[in-house]
Amino acid sequence: MRNLLISTLSKAMLRLDDRRMQLMLSRLLQTGVVSASVVVLVGGVKYLLEHAGAGPGDLRVFTGGTPMSLREPGLLAHRLMAGDAAALIQLGVVILIATPVLRVVFATIGFVRERDRLYVAIGVFVLGVMMVGLLKSG
Amino acid sequence: MAGMSLLMFSGLLFVGSFGAGLLGALTGLGGGVVLVPLLTLVFHVDMRFAMGASLISVIATSSGSAAAYVREGFSSIRIGMFLEVATTVGAIFGAFLAGKVPTRMLAIIFGVVLIYSAWLTWQHSRRAEEAVPVDPWSDRLRLSGRCPDGQGGEQSYTVCNIGGGFGMMAVAGTLSGLLGIGSGAVKVLAMDRVMRLPFKVSTATSNFMIGVTAATSAGVYLRRGYVDVGLAFPVMLGVLAGSVVGARFLVKTRVKVLRNIFILVISAMGVEMVVNGWLGKL
Repeated sequence: MRNLLISTLSKAMLRLDDRRMQLMLSRLLQTGVVSASVVVLVGGVKYLLEHAGAGPGDLRVFTGGTPMSLREPGLLAHRLMAGDAAALIQLGVVILIATPVLRVVFATIGFVRERDRLYVAIGVFVLGVMMVGLLKSG
Repeated sequence: MAGMSLLMFSGLLFVGSFGAGLLGALTGLGGGVVLVPLLTLVFHVDMRFAMGASLISVIATSSGSAAAYVREGFSSIRIGMFLEVATTVGAIFGAFLAGKVPTRMLAIIFGVVLIYSAWLTWQHSRRAEEAVPVDPWSDRLRLSGRCPDGQGGEQSYTVCNIGGGFGMMAVAGTLSGLLGIGSGAVKVLAMDRVMRLPFKVSTATSNFMIGVTAATSAGVYLRRGYVDVGLAFPVMLGVLAGSVVGARFLVKTRVKVLRNIFILVISAMGVEMVVNGWLGKL
């Protein structure tokens, strides 16, 4: 009887924790998307104002892609300090990409608090694969 | 697009992307599958830039709708995390392949995926249910769960054929990284048809996973210079706005008629991608 009570109670608590995790992750996703959109919007308007007279860049052929100064974090920070519009848009893109990464981090922390070893391992693995995609050069 | 001002070009991109986001939300296929053909066929943008802008938009729309689904309790965090093992590894592999495969070949693969998605959407309304045994690992991996049943209560569910679903997720991830799409259709197919999850859990968890899958290959795209800021900003904002409006519409409109029209549009785009890729025009 006592065992049954304890198991029901711990199950209920686990579900409560799951619920809290869901609400937290929902808020995180929303904040990430909204802040990224605002940064991209501000950067985009600035970009249009600065290049008002110019025509669109040629995107028909792929010649090396976006400039290195937008791809390297150090150089990007430098351009941001100078208030560069393109760098601001790129920052929005980076915030957007960081949102799902943070989502995995937070879910994994949640699993740690629930002492769910299996899912802590799975979360850490997923995070590792994401890091390979984000950081490995090539 | 010669002789056009940047403002005009960005404006047209925004409007077109808005349409793609609207279509994507209404069909449930997501913005990416409509966006890449739109950018390449109509705006004559290089496949790689189109894929870069598309992947960024996919992260935005899926995270936006996932926020709502997670709050309502339809997304399974554990099923999502477990299957993300397959989709993220697939995404890295796909993004690696995207740098090796010639763009005309990418266009052909994209066209075939479009036609297949159209077929899947059409099939969706005529599914047959046969009994499939529950996977013995459903409880052991803690994948069994609960979700709202729509009548104020809760329903519990279990998972079938975990291995099959996992394998299909690896394919979904590879396609995502290879083509710059969310591949939500394949993800839903894996959870709904193979793993036999409730449909709402499948779509909600798929949205939840798309962001993680797409972010993994987006890092690779970003470093390769596939994300052009001048293209990405009107496209991302347009798709996001379109999908928000589309999600509102979804409740009110007669989905079936719309769905049939979209199936035609998507098939036509698919054929055009294959033909253009074949002729080396993309």
